Amino acid sequence: MIKFSDEQLKIPKMARPVYLVTAGMSKFDRAFPKSRTEELVIQAFTAASDFIKMTPAELKKYIHTCYYGHFADHFGDQLLGEAVIHDRLGLDPLGNIGIKTGGATGGSTLWEAVKTVASGYSDCTLAMGWERMDEVPTDEGNHLISAAADKDWETPLGHIYTGYYAVMAQRYWKIFGKEEDSFRDTMAEIAVKNRGYARMNPHAHGPMKITIEDVKNSPIIAYPLRALDCCLMSVGAACGIVADEKIAYELTDNPLRVWVGAGSHTLRVADRRDMKIPLLPNETEETYKNFGEKYPGGDRYPGFTSFLAARIAAYYAYHMAGIIDPCEDLDVIELHDAFTISDIQSYEDVGLRPYGEGRHYIESGDGYLKDPKTGKKGRLPSNLSGGLIGCMHAVGATGLMQVAEIAYHLWNRWDEIHEPKEKWKAFGREKPKDWESLQVPGAKRGLAISHAGVGSHVTASILMHPDHLLKED
Amino acid sequence: MPKTENEKGYVNIVKGRYKPKGKFHIIEKNQPIFDKDTGKLAGVTNPRDMTYIHSYGGEAIFFESLGKGKLIATRCENEKCETAYKSIFMPFRIYCPDCLRKTNLYDLTETARKTAKIHSYIITHRSGAFNMLNKPIKFINVEFDGVCTILMSYLSYGDPEIGMRVVPIFKTKDPTYTIIDLSFVPEGTPESKLPEGFTF
Repeated sequence: MIKFSDEQLKIPKMARPVYLVTAGMSKFDRAFPKSRTEELVIQAFTAASDFIKMTPAELKKYIHTCYYGHFADHFGDQLLGEAVIHDRLGLDPLGNIGIKTGGATGGSTLWEAVKTVASGYSDCTLAMGWERMDEVPTDEGNHLISAAADKDWETPLGHIYTGYYAVMAQRYWKIFGKEEDSFRDTMAEIAVKNRGYARMNPHAHGPMKITIEDVKNSPIIAYPLRALDCCLMSVGAACGIVADEKIAYELTDNPLRVWVGAGSHTLRVADRRDMKIPLLPNETEETYKNFGEKYPGGDRYPGFTSFLAARIAAYYAYHMAGIIDPCEDLDVIELHDAFTISDIQSYEDVGLRPYGEGRHYIESGDGYLKDPKTGKKGRLPSNLSGGLIGCMHAVGATGLMQVAEIAYHLWNRWDEIHEPKEKWKAFGREKPKDWESLQVPGAKRGLAISHAGVGSHVTASILMHPDHLLKED
Repeated sequence: MPKTENEKGYVNIVKGRYKPKGKFHIIEKNQPIFDKDTGKLAGVTNPRDMTYIHSYGGEAIFFESLGKGKLIATRCENEKCETAYKSIFMPFRIYCPDCLRKTNLYDLTETARKTAKIHSYIITHRSGAFNMLNKPIKFINVEFDGVCTILMSYLSYGDPEIGMRVVPIFKTKDPTYTIIDLSFVPEGTPESKLPEGFTF
């Protein structure tokens, strides 16, 4: 569609408040030759129960319904993998279902879980996601990922997904980056930032202390995208547990309110027809007046430079939760940095900057906890977990990892998850001598964006401390 | 090693049913995976050699036409369609995405020859398994006058640039009946520079 009716743009309403009670993650890595998937899933579930000082068995007694995010059956040669995990978690005879929306699978899993509680069907629901991407050689993995593009019209063109993204990077760099080298440096800076933050995260699969030059000199995957511009291919699990108010406060003194909005767009970028830019609460018609003159070639929306699905997900979620200006109203965010370029595109889709000006979110220092160039506190730090570039992209788990990381900040317990030397040792990882806390002081509201394909599905999950809501229910 | 003719699988449709002929998988036994440090078993390999049998359905005419040197698009002809009446779709759509009425075929070959230009591009030296294209692969996204979508394809000769005029070429000799039967070259490319089996 290129025009939307009032009914389609209706702001979703939840019948009752929903709370995130706890969250947990496994270690993430490129491969786990000595662990079955269920071992990673149980590691994540146990981390969630430990976090609220319960045993797994005690926590299980509260769970009524289960949602499982697992995207790629063909990686593991196991259909109904969700049934295997449900059995191993010992959650029979509860109703359960698998969710599959590509890279957005984790966010979509939470979206579904939240709706079961909001509707009253369940009072406590498990959202668990995982991915097993180490059971085929890497080139076959690249083929299997490319099968998430259109198998007749796109996949035969190289069987490599990065290529389908790189054409967007090329177009964006020309139109909005004005072909400047400085724009390329800003892309590289995102990789430096996120891989650097991953160094403080014992769960992270790809921590690196690197420079902009390292990124620009790394091997070309699909020009202009180089190896260090690209996300990881990971294995691991993450979960969240959502509940109604009564159970939430039985399980913890400090549950967080949660809302999820979702959007979609064509699987093939090829099919994206020109349309009017849907506006977020912090934008007006004036925001994009003379846009085509300012950025010649940029007035075809969403074209190859923007993601309508992300914009619509943010539109629903911001209105549900009362967010006007995300840079003002939020304290911490996790974005789906599948590639450095898509991170920049997302800044605009979710309203951190107007379309065409995404680079300034990084260049201004807003996206840092502490701007390395000025030493000043960032206005809205992003991807302190390391993101998909530095922490992991275990597809079905990614969106839930992001939500967990945001929640740890809002609970003011980020250090507890990332600091203990025992955890670093148990994960077989060396804690950096210059380890530092990335806890966002006083964080009360956060956002996580979960994104699929070249923008086919996107969810926007918002978490808030219940004493710091922006609108009444 | 490529399969011999006797090892390949073929499919025809006879009286509305698939009739497979030949071999569709060669069974290869699994192998154990040992941890070289401990000498202990960690897992097994599970070799799979499979062939999918895929229907193009209403898009079959597009893929068959490539081998005949034609680029067939579709157009919404529903006068009551509020947003897509007269819209031309390439990639081909069997149904209009807005009104869901069946579209009409529209021969885009001449328009492509006269107006195709590169909207975006990349060059990659990498590919996934099962890739059939020569590397480096030059992905291009192609816009055509009067068409509301932008087709993904590849450039077979020369170096791509945004805005470059290109013309379609077709694998009319020994076609694969897949999207790689369609490619593009810069306008003015001599026929002698086309890849094996391709014609304008």
